[in-house]
Amino acid sequence: MDLSLSTETVGDRTIVRVGGEIDVYTAPKLREQLVELVNDGSFHLVVDMEGVDFLDSTGLGVLVGGLKRVRAHEGSLRLVCNQERILKIFRITGLTKVFPIHTSVEEAVAATD
Amino acid sequence: MATVELRFSALPEHVRTARLVAAAVARRAGVDEAVLDEVRLAVGEACSRAVGLHQNGGISAPVKVLLIEEEKQFSIEVGDEAPHAAPGGRVPGDGPAEADAETEEDEMGLAVISGLVDDVEVSAGEHGGSIRMRWPTTPPATLLA
Repeated sequence: MDLSLSTETVGDRTIVRVGGEIDVYTAPKLREQLVELVNDGSFHLVVDMEGVDFLDSTGLGVLVGGLKRVRAHEGSLRLVCNQERILKIFRITGLTKVFPIHTSVEEAVAATD
Repeated sequence: MATVELRFSALPEHVRTARLVAAAVARRAGVDEAVLDEVRLAVGEACSRAVGLHQNGGISAPVKVLLIEEEKQFSIEVGDEAPHAAPGGRVPGDGPAEADAETEEDEMGLAVISGLVDDVEVSAGEHGGSIRMRWPTTPPATLLA
């Protein structure tokens, strides 16, 4: 399965819905999307990962890169994920301390620092 | 001889194929269903790393994956042909800045593998490196329970 991406704006937040597999082959597509959003002035991103079937370290690298970019503009990058197998990868790499991870898009959109 | 041996051109689009094949052979070998996600992720990380090493080193040789069914265990060995610098040495042609960025990605992949797999051996030498991972298997349940 390839990677699917769609975006939606809610207030000052931009929701990026990701579906499929994020790996060494598809991660560049996600990176391009995040770079494009930041270049267009979207600095508060919510990445909805509920449709993601697979995530590897290349995907983690892209998310960390996205976070670095939005932070340069005092923005935020929040994740939505309830899948244990995906959450596990964030835990073993210590990235649960880096990303705010929410259980729903609504919760992520309502969240403030 | 390996139960299944896979060689693929060092291109990112083939890593998914390696994951699918590895998971299928692991399932057949009796690796617990609950662990198959970890097998899939670990072999993907090892193959992504090997693809990166071959691409960065301009190596045209394929990446090699050995899937080995043994008594009570299942092993996967992912081999690359990238020359690894000896401790203290450097691979000729590597710029220091590029080498740093590559090393970071490399380490993230290895961090995921070592976090996932209890039994893992990483070796590297002048003529290439390999990552060998092992999982326990349970014998298939007999039909006459």
